[in-house]
Amino acid sequence: MSRIAETFTKLKEEDSAAFMPYLVAGDPDLATTLELLKGVSAAGADLIELGVPFSDPMADGPTNQLAAERALKSGTTMPKILDLVKEFRKTSQTPIMLMGYYNPFFHYGLDKFCKDAAEAGVDGLIIPDLQPDDAGELKPHAIPNGIDPVYLIAPTSTPERLALVAKESRGFVYAVSLTGVTGARSKLPPELNDFIDTARISIDLPLCVGFGIGDPTMAREVAKFADGVIVGSAVVKRIAQAAEEGKSPVESVSVFVREMADATHNARKG
Amino acid sequence: MSEEKMNPDAGGHYGIFGGRYVPEVLVPAIDELTRAFDHARTDDAFWQEFRGLLRDYVGRPSPLTFARRLTEYCGGAKIYLKREDCNHSGSHKINNTIGQILLAKRMGKPRVIAETGAGMHGVATATACALFNLKCIVYMGAVDVQRQKANVFRMKLMGAEVRPVESGTRTLKDAMNEALRDWATNVRDTFYCIGTVAGPHPYPVMVRTFQEVIGREARQQVLEATGKLPAAVIACIGGGSNAMGVFHAFVPDKGVQLIGVEAAGCGIETGKHAASLGHGAPGVLHGSKSYVLMDEHGQIQEAHSISAGLDYPGVGPEHSYLKDTGRAQYFSVTDAEAVDAFQLLSRLEGIIPALESSHAVAHTLKVAKNYAKDDVIVLNVSGRGDKDAEQVQDWLNAHADA
Repeated sequence: MSRIAETFTKLKEEDSAAFMPYLVAGDPDLATTLELLKGVSAAGADLIELGVPFSDPMADGPTNQLAAERALKSGTTMPKILDLVKEFRKTSQTPIMLMGYYNPFFHYGLDKFCKDAAEAGVDGLIIPDLQPDDAGELKPHAIPNGIDPVYLIAPTSTPERLALVAKESRGFVYAVSLTGVTGARSKLPPELNDFIDTARISIDLPLCVGFGIGDPTMAREVAKFADGVIVGSAVVKRIAQAAEEGKSPVESVSVFVREMADATHNARKG
Repeated sequence: MSEEKMNPDAGGHYGIFGGRYVPEVLVPAIDELTRAFDHARTDDAFWQEFRGLLRDYVGRPSPLTFARRLTEYCGGAKIYLKREDCNHSGSHKINNTIGQILLAKRMGKPRVIAETGAGMHGVATATACALFNLKCIVYMGAVDVQRQKANVFRMKLMGAEVRPVESGTRTLKDAMNEALRDWATNVRDTFYCIGTVAGPHPYPVMVRTFQEVIGREARQQVLEATGKLPAAVIACIGGGSNAMGVFHAFVPDKGVQLIGVEAAGCGIETGKHAASLGHGAPGVLHGSKSYVLMDEHGQIQEAHSISAGLDYPGVGPEHSYLKDTGRAQYFSVTDAEAVDAFQLLSRLEGIIPALESSHAVAHTLKVAKNYAKDDVIVLNVSGRGDKDAEQVQDWLNAHADA
């Protein structure tokens, strides 16, 4: 069983949703990212989404756009990200998903990438601009190497699209909570619960919700009906804040992740 | 080349190029657009309305002008200019926006967004939206807002809102990112009017379909004027919509060379250029797979051209396909060569070409002499250069000592 499947099986036994923070590799630099990975893992993250920075992040709001710019400026590249994961794997078994736009993966060479990623200890891929329709060239390399391609669904997805994602996704499905780009919002979309209930009719895999979730109240709410809570911009914002103040972000991010993970894990209890 | 090879497969693929690389939230909207376009394509009423507007509003057919003095100057093939600069709103862009805005109307989308580089597509979208009373928002890189002030004012005059884009390199590619973000946010009521033969399927084939009128007219006009097909058709390439438009009717005519001219900017060797086909690699940008300018790690590189309309690190997937099959050839000319050509065509023919089109003129100046005197070249003048007068004046002042 893969690390991702094991994680969800264990959480299901505990009747708990997964907490999954997102941060960008190399923001503000790769050495700090390694400390952050260890920090969020110790603070209760069940899985981690590690962002692969790209020059043209078309599904991201300003917070994550700036994080990608900082990461590229610090010299982050795909080989260095794989080295980072390899280093993290020496101390942790927390599943790592690489999340990024398609071109850097495609340009690396999909065959070589999937082999190198598997060797480094990457568990899955989330590529927001790659849908199953055009992923025929990724699948024969990802699946045999044990790399789970995780596909996304959105509130606009039709039943046909949900069925396609159900068939092609591995590990879990990423449910985008709203129509829009990444970035913390002040409240959850009112129709989110219905969207997830509808998706469950077609999808058996765990459903993790991301986009717009920024505080423990929202995380608790989502964790009641979804299998996972994904938080990106609210984490990234704390990294940016610390960098601006010239401090290490590890402590403030770990405190925040602890708070969010507790809210997620305790949502269905009493 | 057979008919099916001139069209993409159902997924929008031209060989290995094309496709639909967009966030899932947009896929249903793109499916809806694909259905609307497929329906309109075979609907006589749609084409009647489209052709009527091109005739009565745009002023088509655009003339094919024999460039007598340019021909004498070059001393080779007879050069004919396809005059897209004569279109209402000043360029070929209006052919496409009329088509797309008619579709937006049919689909009941009240809000239209567009990206623009030089501003010509923004102006053409604002024009069509004013005509049909649709709300129009144009994303434009902050750098381009500065260098194309006249077009910004024209868009505002016609009721469009221009939103300067401050992210990334603050040029056309960033304007396209921002338009895609807007579309993802307002996907249910918004029509995204893309200005070139790039983006996710069906845009490349849809935009080409609305631009094919250029080549159809040119082919008929050149046959009437000279009794034969041209030896070459030459057009500039940014995203490639004027080139695809003028090429398409000639693709089955094997004897006609199809020549696209990209921007070499400060010179290919400086790295500051926009020649994606000549010096890029296959990659994925803005929704389709095509030749893209990128670094060794797959990060998109900043393009450079004096012409904002060519200042783009990607290109339409059908051009990538035509390059790889060898049916079309692609070259590039520098900023300096384009500025020379801009002045030369103005002086010799009394026609001020857009800086974009000046790249095609510059390449024609280089190669016309290699053809026989009874050969014919069709040179597509995709737009007029009034918008560029101030910028060229500044450029000439800055380079006065050189």
